[in-house]
Amino acid sequence: MGRALPRWLVILVAGVYLFLHLPILVLMIFSFNASKFSVNWTGFSLEWYRQLLHRDDILHGVRMSLLVGLASTLLATLAGTLIALALARHRFRGRRAVEAFLYVPIVTPEIVVGISLLILFVLIRLPLGVTTITIAHVAFCISFVVVVVLARLEGMDRSLEEAALILGADEITTFFKVTVPQLWPGILSGALLAFTMSFDDFVITSFVAGPGSSTLPLVVYSMVRRNIEPTINAISTIILAGTTVLIYVADRYSREHAQ
Amino acid sequence: MTSLRERILRRLHRSAEAQAWSLLAPGVLWLVLFFLIPLLIMFAYSLMPRGPYGGVVRGVTAEAYQRFFVPIYLTILTRTFLVSVACTVICLALGYPVAYVIARSGKWKNLLLFLVVLPFWTSFLVRTFAMIFLMRDTGFINTWLLRLGVIHEPLIMLYTPFAVMTGLVYGFLPFMILPIYASLEKLDLSLLEAAEVLGAKPAARFWQVTFPLSLPGVVAGCLLVFIPALGSFLTSDLLGGAKELMIGNLIQNQFGGARNWPFGSAASFILMALVLAAVLIYLKVRDEAPAAVAAKKER
Repeated sequence: MGRALPRWLVILVAGVYLFLHLPILVLMIFSFNASKFSVNWTGFSLEWYRQLLHRDDILHGVRMSLLVGLASTLLATLAGTLIALALARHRFRGRRAVEAFLYVPIVTPEIVVGISLLILFVLIRLPLGVTTITIAHVAFCISFVVVVVLARLEGMDRSLEEAALILGADEITTFFKVTVPQLWPGILSGALLAFTMSFDDFVITSFVAGPGSSTLPLVVYSMVRRNIEPTINAISTIILAGTTVLIYVADRYSREHAQ
Repeated sequence: MTSLRERILRRLHRSAEAQAWSLLAPGVLWLVLFFLIPLLIMFAYSLMPRGPYGGVVRGVTAEAYQRFFVPIYLTILTRTFLVSVACTVICLALGYPVAYVIARSGKWKNLLLFLVVLPFWTSFLVRTFAMIFLMRDTGFINTWLLRLGVIHEPLIMLYTPFAVMTGLVYGFLPFMILPIYASLEKLDLSLLEAAEVLGAKPAARFWQVTFPLSLPGVVAGCLLVFIPALGSFLTSDLLGGAKELMIGNLIQNQFGGARNWPFGSAASFILMALVLAAVLIYLKVRDEAPAAVAAKKER
């Protein structure tokens, strides 16, 4: 099919790409604008980035998001990888039920997850804060980790593990010396997905966060609600740059390992 | 250490079933405690009378569900459904051509694909803010249109149904493009060559070969857009300005200002029911679509 695509199709698709990327591009450009009030370009400035350093609420939010993000990534990746191993390598009763159950959190609307957890935490009198946010994030990340790791496991060659067992290694040695290194790219992409989902989550976190535990998205949301100021553009640009670098590095890594 | 190692190994050898469940236990237990049980408690709450300051009091009542049949709430339910359907249709109309072009783009494929995946990973909140930055009265679009003399007073875009729909399409479009691309990528090009040799015109080749074979991707994409649209809350909250309420906003209000937890729980379950209905329809269509295509080919 080396045939040229019709011109109207190319124009339409170019338009959709502009629609997907122009808003973010404009947002980033104006984070470097000197003027506070207008969207007229009045000169290059790093003023809004400098101001971020003096915003205690934002710095606190970043710390909270990193703390919750790392803790929930660790727990969700561990639990999710173990589930994926069980599903890929073992036959057991109730397997279909477990699989179906794992898909439910993926399709459940975030607002329902957030509110049902809020009800639980209020009922058992667990104070809302970093702990409740982490519990919630692990709960919505596990299923996604399972899906990613399982995809990698299903494409994996079992003969290496069988060879190790035949050559006399026990299951534990085989697991850590053969299975884990082979599975590592899958575990890392699962962890990356969990971390970005945790770091970005607003809806669920907004229900289970308590006073003093606002993560970065909650801080950004309240800034957007109060009034639109260029510091929001600056913090958004930093978040976007961070995610892009992370995705790019992960993409490179998984390509190298796929070869 | 050796003794612990031996104990573990002995256990592993005893039963494959026990081995599987010890791997499953931590994650499944977490999901039972912090996903399933909360949903069950919520269901119980939806059947209880409301407490005076939020929460519930003892008793059983279907009041919360009956309340849904008041016209205002039925309107919100209908609006949520129609907005989600419209969003899905628009995403399909815009996303299919993109997926088609990516699948045929040769050396540009990786770049074009990366540009679709990128927004998929970027913060939804930041992307919604980008829409506000463009659309508000003193925003980017209005400022430039005024300066260029195209308009003489700002267009009111923010806090309108137009803004909500644009925000939803902007947010969920990548979910439509990726699965359609995946199924177009797998398409066997020799089928198209055969169709051409047999005299089919380009339009006929598309509608009778390419499109039917990409249906699994289309159906998956529609589900992946429709479900988050049904449950969306941030978009109508920030871009709709609390005027065009969706069911997500209604639920949020019951746990915020309105303090009617049973009604909020009941609304959550109605939302869950809509989502599960969509998933079941998807599973049915997914299993029947290939059969239908095969039947057509036989004819």
